[in-house]
Amino acid sequence: METLERIIGEHPFFAGLDAGFLNLMVSCASNVRFTPGTYILKEGEAANTFYLVREGKVALELLAPPHKPIIVSTIGIGEILGWSWLMEPYVWKFSARAVDAVRAIALDGRCLRTKCEQNHDLGYEVLKRFAGIVEQRLDATRLQLLDVYAVRR
Amino acid sequence: MATSSTIDPMLPQPYLVREVSKETPDTFTLRLDPGNEARESVFRPGQFSMLWVFGVGELPISISGDPALRDRLIYTVRSVGQATHSLVNQKVGSGVGVRGPFGIGWPVEAARGRDVIVVAGGIGLAPLRPVIYQVLQNRKDYGRLVILYGGRSPRDLLYRKELAKWARIPETQVLITVDYGGIGWRGHVGVVTTLFKYSRLHPARSVAMVCGPEIMMRFVIRELETAGLSRDDIYLSMERNMKCAVGFCGHCQYGPHFICKDGPVFPYERMRPLLEKYEL
Repeated sequence: METLERIIGEHPFFAGLDAGFLNLMVSCASNVRFTPGTYILKEGEAANTFYLVREGKVALELLAPPHKPIIVSTIGIGEILGWSWLMEPYVWKFSARAVDAVRAIALDGRCLRTKCEQNHDLGYEVLKRFAGIVEQRLDATRLQLLDVYAVRR
Repeated sequence: MATSSTIDPMLPQPYLVREVSKETPDTFTLRLDPGNEARESVFRPGQFSMLWVFGVGELPISISGDPALRDRLIYTVRSVGQATHSLVNQKVGSGVGVRGPFGIGWPVEAARGRDVIVVAGGIGLAPLRPVIYQVLQNRKDYGRLVILYGGRSPRDLLYRKELAKWARIPETQVLITVDYGGIGWRGHVGVVTTLFKYSRLHPARSVAMVCGPEIMMRFVIRELETAGLSRDDIYLSMERNMKCAVGFCGHCQYGPHFICKDGPVFPYERMRPLLEKYEL
């Protein structure tokens, strides 16, 4: 049977993480599953968890009343869902819906925030990894905003 | 029998429109053939033709069909202006002048024995489709085929049935994404570069062929280089305003190159000094 420690340690996001830090992560982690169509998190709600996606696809949605929600991005296997748990005011800016059956590791953001405050080396390590994700998504968003396939007249 | 190599490159050859099919709301695929004339249409993947719409003008259009089918020429055209609009609205049976094929195509023969990574954005899949046909027809001669395709929205994706068919072929990975996905879309949403993390690449044995808007190709090159591909193994299809198609007129000059004659497909290493120059 796969242990949480092994699953987290093998997840690309935590590749190369110090074993001591890995143990701290594991103490905040749990296995979760979501059926297709389930909202994993909702815009405006408290952000106190993030997820390591192990299987399935998640759609990040933005509410756009009176229209249907807009999917701004999808997140798949090996990726991280959610970083609002790390930055005040700890509120989700998007909703996330399971497109397929999703298996993930949930990490308790409150638990991890406390550990990061107590151990700044851990905090820096976590922040560096999230900063990398934020940079990748910012690059992708910039390219998306350019609407490169639109007709230029 | 006349072949393309014996024909004056400045003289349009008469072809008949045999079929016009709608790919997306603004993009159509035309099948042309030489009518009753016994004339083979030979081309290499990545080459283009100049299509003469009588009374309207001439357009450079990449050939998007199967190189093994020599009785026809297939073009996928996006209707964005007067000439393209007129071309896609040709009636079946009407005549079109064809010059070509022109240019240097994709290194499909040189890629034998290697994995082939096809990265396309928007209508950029059209000039790459002949590559896919040729690799799949000679499947044992190539390693894995990875197709990464990005479109604006689900309704803007080309060749959806074929993409689904190719995805079922062994050793072939097809990943599709759209920039804007409706709520009913179950595929990926995000730019084409976001697909790299789901692809299984072996950089040392791979050749990448990239076609799409130039800015997209720049972002894709970054991903390919990050993945470990050598610059010598990355090929791009460039686009400039082509007129004569044989390097006389200079309309398509890009630095020291004529896109029509020296390209449109270039090794990235040759394009690299030019790609980041302003106003070139």
